[in-house]
Amino acid sequence: MEIGLSHYLTVAAILFTFGTVGIFLNRKNVIVILMSVELILLAVNINLVAFSAFLGNIVGQVFALLILTVAAAEAAIGLAILVVYYRNRGSIAVEDINAMKG
Amino acid sequence: MSVAAAFFYLFAGVLVASAFMVIASRNPVHSVLFLILCFVNAAGLFILIGAEFLGLILVVVYVGAVAVLFLFVVMMLDVDFVELRQGFLQYLPIGVLVGLVFLAELVLVVGSWASSATLATAPAVTQAVSGLTNTQQLGRVLYTEYVYFFQAAGMVLLVAMIGAIVLTLRHKPNVKRQDISAQVARTPKDGMDVVKVRPGQGI
Repeated sequence: MEIGLSHYLTVAAILFTFGTVGIFLNRKNVIVILMSVELILLAVNINLVAFSAFLGNIVGQVFALLILTVAAAEAAIGLAILVVYYRNRGSIAVEDINAMKG
Repeated sequence: MSVAAAFFYLFAGVLVASAFMVIASRNPVHSVLFLILCFVNAAGLFILIGAEFLGLILVVVYVGAVAVLFLFVVMMLDVDFVELRQGFLQYLPIGVLVGLVFLAELVLVVGSWASSATLATAPAVTQAVSGLTNTQQLGRVLYTEYVYFFQAAGMVLLVAMIGAIVLTLRHKPNVKRQDISAQVARTPKDGMDVVKVRPGQGI
């Protein structure tokens, strides 16, 4: 059976679902939530690259590159905030992060 | 089944399995390691589909930088992860429910789209047409038509770098440091103090 676009879209959809489920399951652990967000962004990247390859248009890969950039920046800032928060409060449990009563 | 199809199923299978282990493993260190495996397999899929540059960038940026950053943070923070894991089973039903709803919606969208469109069977012919490699094609578009996006991506990375440094930088008060401006501003006048000592009086 020839591998088509729908195969790649299926893999990306499963990956996206695992990302969202991971946010729900590990809602006490910020680090795993950040990793789930990375999974979601990876699924989006797979979608963009698959469409780019099958439509024969390179622009999708340019946008995948930009998403990669934003994901790397987001991980760096998120982990920096996490380290500062741990230094101040001694805990990274999500339930303890309620100082702003949001 | 062709070799490409076999490799697709290999990469996709390991990708999905390791993504499951990322969200399900008990130890966050194992989660990070499975995340690395996940990204390596996604890079394999990218190379398989003809996007070599993005595949290798994924390995360099994610496996080399982001995943190692995660690993550092997980290992440096002294957190009781067993306590953080409590409530995992409590959230399992709602999580699985939301996941199934998401998956059903995605399958509906993709399914209805795939049955109507014809390009689902079109082969990947990106570089066969132009005779350029993937990296050359990407560079030709990225540095001409999308140069402002490229600059914006650079700005995003710069802001992220400065933000991370500003957030985590800390000066300990009891550590002696070199203060260059104070050294340069020092003059003989305020460095020396000439005292006239009178006999028999002391200072």
